Amino acid sequence: MSINPPISDNQTVILGKETPLKLDCGVTLEAINMAYCTYGTLNADKSNAILICHALTGDQFAASRQPVTGKNGWWEIMIGPGKVLDTDKYFIVCSNVLGGCMGTTGPSDIDPKTGKPYGLKFPIITIGDMVRAQAMLQDYLEIESWFSVIGGSMGGMQTLQWASAYPERVFSAIPIACAARHSAQNIAFHEVGRQAVMADPNWLGGDYYASDKKPTAGLAVARMAAHVTYLSEAALHRKFGRNLQDRDNLTYGFDADFQVESYLRYQGINFVDRFDANSYLYITRAMDYFDLVEDHGGALAKAFEGAKTRFCVVSFTSDWLFPTSENKDIVQALIAAAANVSFVEVETDKGHDAFLLDTPEMFKTINGFLQSSAKSRGLLS
Amino acid sequence: MSEPIKFVPKRDIRVDWQLIAEMIEPGSSVLDVGCDDGQLLAHLTETKNVEGRGLELSQHGVNICVANGLSVVQGNADTDLVYYPDDSFDYAILSKTLQTTHQPHVVLEQLLRIGRRAIVSFPNFAYWRCRTYLAFTGRMPMTNSLDIPWYETPNIHFCTLKDFTALCEKMEVKIEQSVIVKASGEVMTRSTYGSFANFFGADCIFMLSKKT
Repeated sequence: MSINPPISDNQTVILGKETPLKLDCGVTLEAINMAYCTYGTLNADKSNAILICHALTGDQFAASRQPVTGKNGWWEIMIGPGKVLDTDKYFIVCSNVLGGCMGTTGPSDIDPKTGKPYGLKFPIITIGDMVRAQAMLQDYLEIESWFSVIGGSMGGMQTLQWASAYPERVFSAIPIACAARHSAQNIAFHEVGRQAVMADPNWLGGDYYASDKKPTAGLAVARMAAHVTYLSEAALHRKFGRNLQDRDNLTYGFDADFQVESYLRYQGINFVDRFDANSYLYITRAMDYFDLVEDHGGALAKAFEGAKTRFCVVSFTSDWLFPTSENKDIVQALIAAAANVSFVEVETDKGHDAFLLDTPEMFKTINGFLQSSAKSRGLLS
Repeated sequence: MSEPIKFVPKRDIRVDWQLIAEMIEPGSSVLDVGCDDGQLLAHLTETKNVEGRGLELSQHGVNICVANGLSVVQGNADTDLVYYPDDSFDYAILSKTLQTTHQPHVVLEQLLRIGRRAIVSFPNFAYWRCRTYLAFTGRMPMTNSLDIPWYETPNIHFCTLKDFTALCEKMEVKIEQSVIVKASGEVMTRSTYGSFANFFGADCIFMLSKKT
């Protein structure tokens, strides 16, 4: 099989027909759909492939038009000819996570047993399961080891899981703005979001697919609450302050008087068009369950013992969702495991979302790291 | 926001770095504690083909290092050396950083735990210019290499050549090599470090190991 497309949008493969995907919860998925996009060209010895792991509400359209919203890819600032993830040099793969709603098997897909959408009958999935499914895609693409696995937030969790579970299949790893375990505060925020979805009368116990109405109000509230955690106080103040929205005076009511309210409502409303409420429940749960420390008997260093993988950990000063301290826990574990690690904390007031935005210092860091990794893999002439 | 990152490779490498490089076996593994913007690491990688890692306190320095492809983490010599496993490097280097640490003796212990050898360079506070500056002006010494006023200097634990060798003795550390350098950058002596060296030597470089 030869897979060598320069740019290829949204392909879907069926994986696990012969060796089904065994999930951490004990359930086996007989066969799964895996939707992915690729950018750039795979070289002859298949040594230039980079896997991009997307965040909670991301998708495989990292550098191409999102079909539902019609907007640019979520990481076009990083991916393209001459950019940090240079499509002239690297073969970039980005797949929709297991449990997602953009083509990879998730709760909105048909359960072969019932012929109806899974809904809450979909098994609980973990970050480990997502990565296991991606490893099946790696096998399918016949790529022995990724030149790099990179991701921010939940994508960073997958990156850590990759390096821990498949060290020999990851030459370098760039976990950005993440943690080795989801904090109590983050679980708490996720629970707020899930309860908002479940409190929506249109949610119908997760069985809303046949109904005209979807739990959009609940999902929009979940998105609004989560979106606040992706920003920072300073960024909110800089962008909106207490400015009023299209009006000169307070209305003494509950309209969106303030710009920040209007912005959040917009974020919420736009989100529900492209995201499935049950997927949101399942994927937030996967993040909550992620605990690489506990998985290794309380010693995170054991997760990376003997790793040959080169690591570059990146955090942001104003990120309070995955603060620098949690990223440093990863760094210290990597040091204790005698791994090759770089760590940069980027100064920015943009909060957790900084990894998706124009953050020149992050670009320089990742670029320098990739260049030296490419050199040590013999990718540079 | 921090200043823009720029890397200016220096043609004339700092004297203590050249002398440190001389002490290092090619192809060995090196941890540079307090590696600043990574010039010594880059020099050692280039000339000695070392497997280099760095620890640096200033985020700005770290970012320059990583942007230039060096494996460096942000951290504090006083608190973060504990995370490194025993004997994980051939050499642990501390170049002109000892005097900035809160507990130099603890840092030295850590260096000798992490590295099979420790290489330490520091300015000699008993250098005659320091002595005469203090004696005649009654002010804290400011020389060419110590050019920051007392209230701004990161140097909080100055020592003299004699102080250092006394500490090595107290800690039962073996001095494998020593080089005392004049202010001109000329090597003054490699074998002795008596009162003469303590008076005329501006900088000192030591290679240490644990006594077996």
